[in-house]
Amino acid sequence: MDFSIAAILAQDGVSTGAIYALLALATVLLFSVTRIIFLPQGEFVAFGALTMAAMQSGKFAGTANLLLVFGMVAFLMELYDAVKQFRVVGHTAGLSKTLLIAAGKYLIFPLVVFAVAKTVPTAHMPMLVQAALTLAIVVPMGPLIYRVAFQSLAEASVLVLLIVSVGVHFALVGIGLVIFGAEGSRTTPFSDASYQFGTVTVTGQSAAIVGVSILLIGILYVFFERTLVGKALRATAVNRLGARLMGIGTAQAGRLAFTLAAGMGALSGILIAPITTVYYDTGFLIGLKGFVGAIIGGLASYPVAAVGALLVGLLESYSSFWASGFKEVIVFTLVIPVLLWRSFSSGHQDEEE
Amino acid sequence: MPDLVLDVHDLHVGYGKVEALHGASIQIRSGQIVTVIGPNGAGKSTMLNAIMGCLPGRGEVRFLGQSLAGLDVEQRVARGMSLVPETRELFNSMSVADNLLLGSYRRYRAREPRHDDQMDYVFQLFPRLMERYKQEAGTLSGGERQMLAVGRALMAKPTLLMLDEPSLGLAPLIVKDIFRIIDRLRETGVSTLLIEQNARAALDVADYGYVLETGDMVLEGQASDLAKNPKVIETYLGLAKKHND
Repeated sequence: MDFSIAAILAQDGVSTGAIYALLALATVLLFSVTRIIFLPQGEFVAFGALTMAAMQSGKFAGTANLLLVFGMVAFLMELYDAVKQFRVVGHTAGLSKTLLIAAGKYLIFPLVVFAVAKTVPTAHMPMLVQAALTLAIVVPMGPLIYRVAFQSLAEASVLVLLIVSVGVHFALVGIGLVIFGAEGSRTTPFSDASYQFGTVTVTGQSAAIVGVSILLIGILYVFFERTLVGKALRATAVNRLGARLMGIGTAQAGRLAFTLAAGMGALSGILIAPITTVYYDTGFLIGLKGFVGAIIGGLASYPVAAVGALLVGLLESYSSFWASGFKEVIVFTLVIPVLLWRSFSSGHQDEEE
Repeated sequence: MPDLVLDVHDLHVGYGKVEALHGASIQIRSGQIVTVIGPNGAGKSTMLNAIMGCLPGRGEVRFLGQSLAGLDVEQRVARGMSLVPETRELFNSMSVADNLLLGSYRRYRAREPRHDDQMDYVFQLFPRLMERYKQEAGTLSGGERQMLAVGRALMAKPTLLMLDEPSLGLAPLIVKDIFRIIDRLRETGVSTLLIEQNARAALDVADYGYVLETGDMVLEGQASDLAKNPKVIETYLGLAKKHND
């Protein structure tokens, strides 16, 4: 292997590593706020990529239908809770307002997105509009999945939540097959530019991926460090009861965390779609590599998770050169030494006070 | 009665099949400090947690004239109740400043324009917190942690402040400090429900008191009368008095 090949592999590794980093951060965020090990994180990637691809080929994105269905289920659950609440309280004060808000969020909003997706001819629109519409369809699925599958289990054990998460994963992959079919799709690259640095060529596509990822990580940093809502999310992760006593609702924090995670997933999908063919089940492997990064960060540390995910990207890229048949094996085997290292170095972190 | 802040009537609370509180009734008027004293395991914390909505209970709890039935913890916080639990429940890996700021989350949600305006008042009450401003909450001493927990609760500008054993595990000098500050809180108009094992200090600072024993309210009265009650002296104050002599 000479330098130019090494440089190409490094570039490839860094750009996929940046995607894995976003997914790793989303995984850490979801676990620390909601204690859910969210395996279907990769499905947001696949849905994002395939929705974008459908729009570019002028087809109606079936995910808009799904959004509508999720919205209706969530609204029915909200209605059921309201009836239960009414039995306890005996009057409707406050309940009608709750239901009105729920109708807006779960019925009207998906309907508007659906109508736009159905009527607007997206095939020849600028890529930014397509990306925005893709996000508008896929991101609301995050909080909807939380509402439908997880919200009522807020007090359940990590294991129960993991099992539900496996179930959600299989459901979403199946739905993906129904909506998008078995064929893979690719989207048009956002940039054909390439930059020459000595003997190394950096494609505009990789630069865009890394740039957007860094920007997003920066925005997240500011959100968590500087805004009260971001701090409230961290507070829920640090001490759930303490946060509730400050009026920070567990469900509210969960919805927000899922919105962010779905946003990061869908954006990753949009970024990765031009460089790799995405199938309905591609998301799982991509998400799992982000998960390996999150494990390196102990499902707790954002910076370590991001660096770990970057390493996963690099490792994958170099091992695909030396031993392409074993590249997945090598990447996932990494989990074992990492777990050993963590269990020797971290002591007893799960003991509170 | 508009000046009735909290009206608890016949509250039963159980853990599974075991009932820990057999029908407690207490009332707190606006601006009052009311204390519930009693030995370990009498059900004091259980009562407080049920009032806050952390535990399910049977019976009526009315706050500012409205029933709290069916409201969860967050909704009770939004109405102006604030609980400082025995375990403090601080955000250990976050700074003192962030802990205090998060205390004002309720007012931020209510879209109050200056939601963090109690910060200066909290620093005036607890100058120590100002010195520790940037330090992580997990590194504070026991007394400072209690100060931070109370300060954080005050950031929400609650109508009713509920303190669960604020003196627990603290050095006598700091206990004195904490009670002096509880007394000082009257000036803000907040009503306080104080749960204590340290009966003498609690009755000194309170206006009205209740005695809870193994899940039953056995006595109630003006705090000064309770402090003179022979039964209370014998059970809760006697030893302490001897100790002081």
